[in-house]
Formats: sequence, C-alpha cells, structure tokens
Amino acid sequence: MSTTSPLEKPAPVEKAGGAVATYVDQRLGSNRALGRNLGKVFPDHWSFMLGEIVLYSFIVVLLTGVYLTLFFKPSMVEVVYDGSYVPLKGVMMSEAYASSLDISFDVRGGLLIRQMHHWAALIFVAAMVVHAFRVFFTGAYRKPRELNWILGVVLLTLALAAGFTGYSLPDDLLSGTGLQIIRGIVQAIPVVGTWLAFFMFGGEYPGTDIISRLYSAHILLVPGLILAVVTVHLMMVWVQKHTQFPGPGRTNTNVVGYPLMPVYMAKAGGFFFVVFGVIALIGGLVTINPIWIFGPYTPDQVSAGTQPDWYIGWLDGALRLMPNWETVIAGYTISWNVLIPSVIIPGILFTLLALYPFIEAWVTGDKRDHNLLERPRNAPVRTGIGVMAIVFYGILWIGGGNDIVAVAFDMSINSISWALRILLIVAPPIAFIITKRICLGLQRKDRDKLLHGYESGRVLRLPHGEFIEVHQPINVKEMAVITSKTDHAVLPAPQKIDADGVRNPRYLVHSLRHRLSTFFYGDNVPTPSAAEIEHGQHHAAEQAAIEAPLHEYEDRDVIYNAHGGVLHHPGMPETNAEQIAEETRS
Amino acid sequence: MSTDKDLLPVDPHDEPGHLPIADIPHTPRVTDTDPKAARRAERQVASMFLLSMVFVVLFVVAFVTIDKSAVVYIPVLGVVGASQIALGFTFGMAILLIGTGAIQWAKKLMPDVEVVQERHSLASTPKEDEAAKDNYDRGKEESGFARYTIIRRTLIGALALFPIPLVIMLRDLWQTPPGENPAEILSTTAWRDGLRIVPDTGETTGEFLKGIRPEDIPVGGLVSALPVNIMEIQKAEHNLNARGKAAIILVRMDPGEIRSQQGEGWDYQGILAYSKICTHVGCPIALYEHRTHHLLCPCHQSTFDLADSGDVIFGPAARRMPQLPIGVDEEGFLVAKSDFQQPVGPSFWERG
Repeated sequence: MSTTSPLEKPAPVEKAGGAVATYVDQRLGSNRALGRNLGKVFPDHWSFMLGEIVLYSFIVVLLTGVYLTLFFKPSMVEVVYDGSYVPLKGVMMSEAYASSLDISFDVRGGLLIRQMHHWAALIFVAAMVVHAFRVFFTGAYRKPRELNWILGVVLLTLALAAGFTGYSLPDDLLSGTGLQIIRGIVQAIPVVGTWLAFFMFGGEYPGTDIISRLYSAHILLVPGLILAVVTVHLMMVWVQKHTQFPGPGRTNTNVVGYPLMPVYMAKAGGFFFVVFGVIALIGGLVTINPIWIFGPYTPDQVSAGTQPDWYIGWLDGALRLMPNWETVIAGYTISWNVLIPSVIIPGILFTLLALYPFIEAWVTGDKRDHNLLERPRNAPVRTGIGVMAIVFYGILWIGGGNDIVAVAFDMSINSISWALRILLIVAPPIAFIITKRICLGLQRKDRDKLLHGYESGRVLRLPHGEFIEVHQPINVKEMAVITSKTDHAVLPAPQKIDADGVRNPRYLVHSLRHRLSTFFYGDNVPTPSAAEIEHGQHHAAEQAAIEAPLHEYEDRDVIYNAHGGVLHHPGMPETNAEQIAEETRS
Repeated sequence: MSTDKDLLPVDPHDEPGHLPIADIPHTPRVTDTDPKAARRAERQVASMFLLSMVFVVLFVVAFVTIDKSAVVYIPVLGVVGASQIALGFTFGMAILLIGTGAIQWAKKLMPDVEVVQERHSLASTPKEDEAAKDNYDRGKEESGFARYTIIRRTLIGALALFPIPLVIMLRDLWQTPPGENPAEILSTTAWRDGLRIVPDTGETTGEFLKGIRPEDIPVGGLVSALPVNIMEIQKAEHNLNARGKAAIILVRMDPGEIRSQQGEGWDYQGILAYSKICTHVGCPIALYEHRTHHLLCPCHQSTFDLADSGDVIFGPAARRMPQLPIGVDEEGFLVAKSDFQQPVGPSFWERG
C-alpha cells in the first residue's frame, strides 16, 4: 500500500505498516479489498448513529462482562457473607450473591464495571429499539433489505434473552422474584410446561442449578449468537450500501456522503469512544440495581414495588392487565391468564414484526429496490401501524408500573387497571387513524408548497388594491426532499370473469390484495406534474419579486425546478469544486 | 467472498475519488477559509487527547490512593463511594475525550465535501446465474445424487436421526427421583398434621422461636410463618424448595367477620392460615389490608379476600389462595392439621 504522497517521506511506522500490508496481501489479496473499501461512501444522518450506539454498547457489554466473569461465582451453594458490606455480615446467602457483593464492595472499580455492564445493556436494548423505529418508519426494510430486517428482529429477541439471563445472575431478592415469575409462566405452557419448568430448574423451584445454567447461556450461548448475527447484519449493510435520506443529488441509484477513510474512520471510531466514555461516566455516577439493598434471594420473601428492567416492563404489564381466565378441560388446566400475555401475545407480535416487510410487499405489490428512504408521511398506513404499535406497547408498559402510578397519583389500582385494559383495545386504532390523517395532511401541505411555494406570512397590498399573501419558492433542498415522493400505483381491481369469459380462480385473493393496497396507498395525495410544479414555483417567485424591493430579500438563488434529486439545475455550478471555488471568491 | 467478480476489471465507480455532484449545497467552514481557525481547531483536538492522558494518570492515582470504603459527599449524588466516583469519572473522561477529539478533528479539519458513489444491482448477471446452475448440475450428475436413490434416502434418514442423542441427553437436566413426577411434587408441601407453625424471621437460617401462640397474633395482624422443621429439611435437601412451597401467612380477624372458609373449622379462634405463594405466577404475598381483609400481590396486583375463602376479587390470578387448616397442640402452640388440600402456587397443566 503506497498511499503516501510523493512529497512526504513515509514515516517509519507507515513503512512498517506498508510492509505488513504487503505481507498479508501476498497471502490473502487483502489490498484489493482495502483499496475498494477504504473509500466506501456512507451517507450522513444523525439517525444512522442509532445502530452504531447498539454496536458500541454491545462491545462495552462484552468487555465489562469478561471482567465480571473473573470475579463472579455462578454457584447457589449457601455461604456466610463476610465482606465489607456491614448490614449483611454473617447472613447466609448463595455464593452468586456473595460474589456480586464482593464485586460491588471489595474489588476496586468492580462496582463501576458492574454498573457499566448494566447501563450498557439497557442502552444496548434501548438503542436497538429506536434504531428499529428509524428503519421501520423510513421503510428501510424494503427490498433489498428484508433479510437484514429479520436479522434485526432476531437480534432484538437475543438481546431480551441476554438481558433476562443476566438480570437473574446476582441472585438477589429482586431478580429471584423475576425468576419465580418466569417459572410460573413456563409452568403455564400446556402439556409440557410442568416438565419444562422441572428441566429448567433441575427439579422443583428454585433448586440449585438455575444460576449456573443461566450463566452459561448468558456468557457463552446468547452473546455468541448475538456476535454471529451482528456480524452478518453489518456485512449485509456493507454489501448493500447504506440507505440514504432524500436530498439534493441523492437518487435511488447512488450514495452521497463521506468516504470511510478518513472521515468515517474518525467519526465512527470517535463515536465508539464517546459511547464508551458516556457509559463509563453513567456507570460511575449513577447507581443502578443496588443489589445490596434487596438482600439475598429466598422464595418466601418479596419487596413491594418490584420492577423489571425497562424492556421487560411491557410483558409484566400484559401479565398485570390480563383478565383472570383459566379453563379446566378433562382434568387439565389451561391458564389463559398467564399464557396469553406472556406466550401468545409476544409470540404473535414478534412474528408479525419479523414478517412485516413481506406482508407490506405483498399488499403493495412493490418489487422495486428502495435505497432512498421514504418519508413517514408518504406511507401513512405504515406510519400509522408503527404509531399504533408504540401506543399498544406504551399502554402495556404503563401497566407494568400500575402500582407506581397508583402510588404517585393517589389513584385506585383497580380503576387504573380497568382504564388500561380498555385503552389497550381502543387507543391503538385511534392512534392509527389520527396518525394517518396527520400524514395525509402533511402530504397536502407538501403539494401546496410545490404548487404555490411556501406561505411567507407577509400580506401585501397591490397597487390596484388587492391583498395577497406572498408565497416564496421553496429551496433546492426542500424541493429535492418533497419530490422524492414516489407515487405508488394501487393494485388493479380483479375481474371475476375476464374478457375471454374465463373465471379467475384466485379472484378472492386478488380482490383482497386490491383492497389492502388501496387501503395502504390509495389515499396518498398525488404529486403534481413537473410542469405544474414549475408553474407554481414560477408564480411564487413572481410574487416574491413584487415584494423584493420592499424587503432585504436574500433567497435570490432559489431554484424553481421540478426535478429535485437530479443533478443539474440551470444556473448552478456543474461541480462541487466549482461551487466551492465560486463561494470562496465571493 | 472471492468470486469471478473480483477478477473482472474494477468498475471505475468503485474507486475512491468518485464524481463530485453539482447541486449538493456546500458552505465552506471557518476552518477552510481562515488558517487561524484551523490552527485553533488543531489545538482543541490535541488538548482533548492530552487531557485524556491526564485522566488516565488520575485514574491510576485514584485506584492506588483512595480507600475502597471511603465515602464522599457530592451535591446531587449524595454520599457515595469515593473510589467508585473517582474511578468512574476519570475512566469515563479519559475515554470520552479520545472520542470527542476524533470527532472534532473530523468535523473541523477533514474534508466536509460530500462525494457520490453509484450503486449497482446486487443480482448476478444471467451469465453468472448460468455458471452457478452449470456447476450445480455437474455436481449433481457426478455425485449421482439423483441416480443412487438408496444412498440419497439413507443419507437423509441418517442426517435426520443424528440430532436425537443431542436432545435425549437433555433428559437428565432433571434427574427424576424414582416414582416421582412433577405434578405430585407440586401438589404436596412440608405441612403435616400436628406440625408446629413458627414465624418466618426473614432469614434463611437462624434460630426460630418455639412456635406461635394464638394470643401472639392481634386481631388485624399478619404473621409470615413456616413449618418448624423447615431448617432440617433445608439442610437435608440443600435447597430452598420446601420453603418456597410451605410459606404461609397467618391473619387474625374477628370470627364474626369470616364469611366463608375453604373447610369447616379450618380457622382457630379467627386465625386463618393461607399459602403465601400467589396462585397467579408465584410471587410471595404479604400486602394485607386488615380492615377489608384484602391480600394484594405486589407483583401483578391480584387481590384476594381472606375473609371469604381467599377468593380472587381482582387481578389476573384465577384461583383462590389455598387455605391451611390449623389448630393448637397440647402446649398451646399453633399447628397445622394437615397438608394443603390443593396445590399451592401457580397453576400447571396436570393440576386440573
């Protein structure tokens, strides 16, 4: 790799690096890949950092986790605590809990790492969820990225498993209660549940096996799977190139952004240290999961106001809000009150989540590649579904803290539960309708901007007495963003019997798809034609020109061209270099 | 990922450099036009890296000098471990400053002109498709996979069966004692006729009192309790399983307030014994409102009326709390009169 400029002499370290690169290249051909990839362009947008936060917090979780394994003892053998924490001195507890206390009080920096591990895990899941929102609401999961969406759902599931298995390890009273609930859930599974629970716990609850079993899942099985899936997830992003938001010069067939070397090396590498550093600061300054307060686990004690980690809260809420249905058929019990909220609902939700890209593609009949992100307003039904899901989740989440709400607002827990039960069914559809309407309203606003320019808010009286509100042409960036909207044709209505008199055997399916696709995109506000846009912008420019002498009007170089997203506008410099040169001159 | 594609001439669009694009707006930064500003940015970046090193030194100093039990008062945070705070702050700053330095460098001094790369269809060309198909067909033909039916079928059979041992070996995750099954184990507890009831001191070991006399429990009071031999069982079994099932609560109410019980005369002078383990998913319950006789589970808010057979009056639990029949022994201590008449804790398939 001779990348140094001929004017500068390579530094010794570069010389050595070059020699290593040559050595490896002769054996693996790595320079070819380097040459291609070091200049790889990534688009820039703040929301693209969400996925980075997930990756970096995962690395922090791995690093801190390895440190914790050096001190943690995954054993349920009862020992007498003899560490520095005075209130628990002489108390019998499991070795797992005792070693967690040692990490917190007797290993210098141990509490820091333990808290960093927990905070990083929470941030890991939180960033993952927000990243999924970004991907969902911008339609980034559409072809060709459906497979990566599935991997994302797999990662979310694995992250929950990692969180749950880790949460239980310290064997304190709080986490033990969580485990007790899990056992109740497993036991509710029809036919095999009882045996499954006994296999899981090595016999009756709580037994003495569960901590070491969770431990091997938590430090080997689950993180190994996450690491593997994350690797494939990122490789796919690399191969498929990142999606980009619409903007000037950005099309479905290009990537506009900064090259990996040097800008993203510095930005992404630096961002890793920022995430790491912030987690270290939070871990150092903000207490999380003070296990010493809860005391050792015993199955006959519980503390009031118990709360799981935030990402399990919605499942706990579902358990709380579910009516107490249970049926006994022929001497066998089916506990719907446990089964529906903790097995059936999460199962359906995660399946729907994983399949959503395919369901949407089937409904819209869209088989095109989509590398340009779709604005949420331009897909009102998708956006509505997303908001509906968030509302559904949010209500369950509040349900998970219904006792806290009751105490904080001095309300009856029964009426809170009933209100949430009703809201859980009523609120999501309302949220859907409102969201869809807002999206369509925003589409109309966009159309107005194209046809008339934007409302300046300034009223002008013309010489002949007419009052007008001055409209101004929109700028090139906004033009590109608004005109990025693609008009989606609705699937045609099928005919029962075609022109040749042949019955359509799949009439019902086609008819369903027709109706669904009409539902999906049928209400979209059509984008005006290029001529209409040009006319509208021209008109707005004329209005602005009337007013120009009255105001110090600066937006003179606005472009009123209908083709946002194409390369050249009249009167603009041909290249960036020219443009920069021009700007520097003036 | 070495394919024939790699051997083809490199597409010029894949090369770095790319085509700058005309209508991407760009405003030069101060650091682009003013050399002084650029030098200032350079100094900022270097200072951050330098400060990072300083914090590493401070971290080492803090690690060595601060006693692990020392506490310090910090506004907002309160009284906190001095070592923890010092280590967290210096460690965090040392890392954070590397990151902020690198980002400042990228934002102020590295090029901020966006460049363009073309995307290419990821699908293979018809020629490549053809090559893949040819190779597959040749392999199929040469191996005789289609011809040797017996080989094919036995191979599929062997591959289908070989995971069975892997699954079977999981059977001993629970080494079932002879003659026992989960449903039976879940249906019995340590309680026996005449077994004395002792208060649960909340610890897993320790000396229990000899027992509880009826007069120890005031009307409206609640006592968590266990069988007197619980420690012996725990020592013999080396686990907390018996405790998890046998935990009970004793409540006392005016006998006239008891509307119903699960069995005739199961109380003793208004003292009722109920399982402590919630019938929903098994949390221990001890939130009791003595005026209404309601027992509330802290986990999922199932509410039981202890004056009315422990029936569910609210929440997700489907079954009433099992009641334990109690009486007193000749020394006047409360005892159980039998085991529970129904399984305690969450429902399970075989429970019926």
